[in-house]
Amino acid sequence: MDWKVFLEQAPSGGMTYLGWLASGTMWTLLVSIFAWIIAFSLGSVLGVMRTTPLALPRTIATTYVEIFRNVPLLVQMFLWYFVMPELVPKALGDYLKQDLPNLVELPFAQFSMWEFTAAVLCLGLYTASRVAEQVRAGILSLPRGQTNAGLAMGFTLPQVYRFVLVPMAFRIIIPPMTSEFLTIFKNSSTALTIGVIELTAQSRQISEYTFKTFEAFTAATLIYVAITLTVIFLMRWLEKSVAVPGYISQAAGH
Amino acid sequence: MDFDWNVIWKNREVLVSGMMLSLKLFAIALTGGIFFGTLLAMARLSSWKVLSYPAAGFVNLIRSIPFIMAIFWFYFLTPMLVQKMTGQQGEAVGPFTSAIVAFIMVESAYYSEIIRAGIQSIPRGQPWAAYALGMNYWQAMGTVVLPQAFRNMIPIMLTQAIILFQDTSLVYVVGLKDFLGAASKAGQLSGRIVELYIFVAFVFFIICFGASWAVKKLQAKYAIVR
Repeated sequence: MDWKVFLEQAPSGGMTYLGWLASGTMWTLLVSIFAWIIAFSLGSVLGVMRTTPLALPRTIATTYVEIFRNVPLLVQMFLWYFVMPELVPKALGDYLKQDLPNLVELPFAQFSMWEFTAAVLCLGLYTASRVAEQVRAGILSLPRGQTNAGLAMGFTLPQVYRFVLVPMAFRIIIPPMTSEFLTIFKNSSTALTIGVIELTAQSRQISEYTFKTFEAFTAATLIYVAITLTVIFLMRWLEKSVAVPGYISQAAGH
Repeated sequence: MDFDWNVIWKNREVLVSGMMLSLKLFAIALTGGIFFGTLLAMARLSSWKVLSYPAAGFVNLIRSIPFIMAIFWFYFLTPMLVQKMTGQQGEAVGPFTSAIVAFIMVESAYYSEIIRAGIQSIPRGQPWAAYALGMNYWQAMGTVVLPQAFRNMIPIMLTQAIILFQDTSLVYVVGLKDFLGAASKAGQLSGRIVELYIFVAFVFFIICFGASWAVKKLQAKYAIVR
């Protein structure tokens, strides 16, 4: 075993292999965080839509969830990256593939903005279907009396959602949402198939250049574990700080 | 753009053989995953720390890294281990065997969590009662706890099986020609990637949607039986 390999100069980017790992970690985090913003906002809306008494929003949200849950993530990745630019008008397709402006200006990117964007879109929209299910479960777990009480107080249905159901549901679903975030973070490695050099891709690249496969994979694994533990720690703290006295404590107890 | 759906019919043989590989991988990974997952779950619940700690460590480690990373690990380790154990050089194991080992190991970690929850759902008094009747550990597990546990777990295990079927597409990263890999190759050769990827998505959707619908039906029926 030779751990000093990470201090050696890598053949590109003007940095050491350690620098490659750092850059991979950064792209993993960037893809995950951007995708999470999409997943969380769209998933919340879809989850609420699935619980409303109105048929049309419910049908739309259910269709969305079924489609995005029943196609493998990797296939969806290819659909966004290869297929989508061909289906839109040619000018837009070419723009996406070639001239997409850099929203995140960061050094050492060995791939195009479209690869990054497709990965974020794909992961975000895929995970939104999973978040939607958690939000729905959270809302449905609330006693019916809460909706009725809200309506009886003269709230409109949107107000009941905004002031009663959603704030309660979000606190209840913090533990499953933590797993969803960890899932999106792990699934971000799928982006390597369309050329995003994130952490997993970077460790494979190091192993190909140096033949130190064991060291490269171990380093990447430790980074994944460290980030996972950090997320779990932060979410526990969040869970405690937003807990409703006497209500969430049972839910958080397990 | 103009579509040419004929390309799917032209490549039917490649696509069918790809699907066969996916199904084979699915069947082996499912069987192996449930088998080793059961052993792992029992090890984790064991009062013997020499068993429970390594099992817990393995499961938590696998579950905290991406599936693709785990595939890379076992894909890399399997030939090395086989070589060490048998002393054979080089081509002792092919990519398919390595991928199978990777899938079984990863799936067993995921299944062990499901099975552990299932075993824990059985009231403690039942194994105690079995011991009181003079059964040993394996008899109590095999005839009292596990049959009930598996029955409780059927819906969630089937759901996990659907996820596993979707995950088989990940062997793409080690270059195996599963359904997606075959379609990808055919798409590159014919320059018709768009049609083939849409077709792959459609087939996966039909299979997985149908399967999850069936699981839901089964669950509803099952709920009445209880």
